[in-house]
Amino acid sequence: MGRAVAVIGFGQTKHGRREDVNYQELVYEAVKAALEDAGISPGDIEAIIYGSMPSAMEGINAAHLYLSDAMAAFGKPLMRVATCGSTGMSVAHSAFYHVASGSFDIVMAVGSEKMFENDPQGTMETVADPWFQRAFISGAPGVFTMQGNQYSHRYNLPEDRVREAAARISVNHHDNALDNPYAHIRVKITIEDVLKSRIIAYPTRLMDVCPSSDGAAALIFASEEKAKNFPKKPAWVKGLCYCGDEHFFGDSDKVVWESAIIPAERAYKMAGIQNPRKELDVAEIYNPFTYQELIFYECFGFCDRGEACKLVEEGVVLRGGELPCDPSGGVLCTNPIGATGLIRVGEAALQVTGRAGDRQIPGAKMALSHAMGGVDQFNGIMILGSEL
Amino acid sequence: MAKEKPKILEGSISLPYRWAIGPVFTRFFEELKDKKIMGTKCSKCNRVLVPARKFCPRCFEETTEWVQVSDKGTIRTWSLITFEFSGQPMPPPYIVGLIDLDGADVAFSHFIGGIDLSDIEKVKDRVRIGMRVEAKWRDERRGNIHDIEYFKPV
Repeated sequence: MGRAVAVIGFGQTKHGRREDVNYQELVYEAVKAALEDAGISPGDIEAIIYGSMPSAMEGINAAHLYLSDAMAAFGKPLMRVATCGSTGMSVAHSAFYHVASGSFDIVMAVGSEKMFENDPQGTMETVADPWFQRAFISGAPGVFTMQGNQYSHRYNLPEDRVREAAARISVNHHDNALDNPYAHIRVKITIEDVLKSRIIAYPTRLMDVCPSSDGAAALIFASEEKAKNFPKKPAWVKGLCYCGDEHFFGDSDKVVWESAIIPAERAYKMAGIQNPRKELDVAEIYNPFTYQELIFYECFGFCDRGEACKLVEEGVVLRGGELPCDPSGGVLCTNPIGATGLIRVGEAALQVTGRAGDRQIPGAKMALSHAMGGVDQFNGIMILGSEL
Repeated sequence: MAKEKPKILEGSISLPYRWAIGPVFTRFFEELKDKKIMGTKCSKCNRVLVPARKFCPRCFEETTEWVQVSDKGTIRTWSLITFEFSGQPMPPPYIVGLIDLDGADVAFSHFIGGIDLSDIEKVKDRVRIGMRVEAKWRDERRGNIHDIEYFKPV
């Protein structure tokens, strides 16, 4: 794993429709907040890792060139990392490895997206190869619905039961977002509202799906030596792993989903976690789609295969439960994609350092953060803890 | 400075592309013109990969043995698309799916059609995972993935 590494600062913008600022100004807002949170100046940052969705999203290619000024990148190494939805997690991993390697002591990870500047589904569809899959991928909801349908069928689960569990996840996360001042969608909803919302791709409804958001996030990673000298409590990286599937959507199983199972298992091993449901206090799962979150509960070992609905029905993964998921409201309520994975890591860091405000899970010491990207192709995990 | 609402500037990027698809995909599309769906078999893991590939992504071996698979298969999963977005292949509603073609070891992405899409309840009764489907070939085939119009219930 290399040297011990900690998160010492986190900044995020207010997410939503941010036509009040341009893209540089949006990123500046997050970077400034992260620097202030860590109590350091731009000169203390030794290297910067940046990530976003394919540049077609905003129509400015290789966006880190344009955004370099907003990241105080003058005179520093700057690189862009891109793995679609999991970009933010890849950016965090990359920053971690920079510090763990011993080459840098303080590295900043930045992610951003301005999704109201384009048609995000139109950009996402171009991620698939143009000859075989592009016509049949049909944006994120098409892919995730295929995956959800397969899940229910695999375990012969009644459609109504899965529908109800997915709706409860949506209600829980929307309630959580009310306590997160940075969240995009902050409305009180009921199960009825979810079940009556517009069908996007049957059985997926509008309130099962994340919004498009403008937003940015920045995280500052530091070596043990540096982190120990900071006044604020650091969040220690305890384990991490990232895995991918083949590009063809039909090549691998998306229910018993190896690219989600393997990184969780490896990250748990690094963190010394044997029973994730008991040893994790909170999880920030990348959940652009309620049905998919059920699959992640199983892939991450929170329950046995086919048992995810039970976790929701018993309240285990809901607020006040044994392993509350997405106390920030999650991706379901805020999704500036290039920043989204990074926000998961940042929220996990806030939780284990007791700084999550109204969304704090009392006494949280070990947190899982996760992101998923591509046409169900990539998954990454980072586990953060309160103790070195 | 006057307190004006920040301006929105509009623009677009439209670029033409010429994609070299390589010899394996070229043959795959030529065979489609003859109503043949071709895969390649990995000599190491013995999986038949469809569409045909130059190499097996797991074993990283070149897959030189060509195998014709059936134009009939079983629905692995499906989704009824009812929302609109830029670059969509056709106006919604339509169904996309993964089909396990007989003789293949991976699933094939395509449309599922020949079904009344006017009412979701009807679609739910008609389309099921595990259902048998077959290719509806176009009369005029041009050597691309749309030589198959869709897969229809057998």
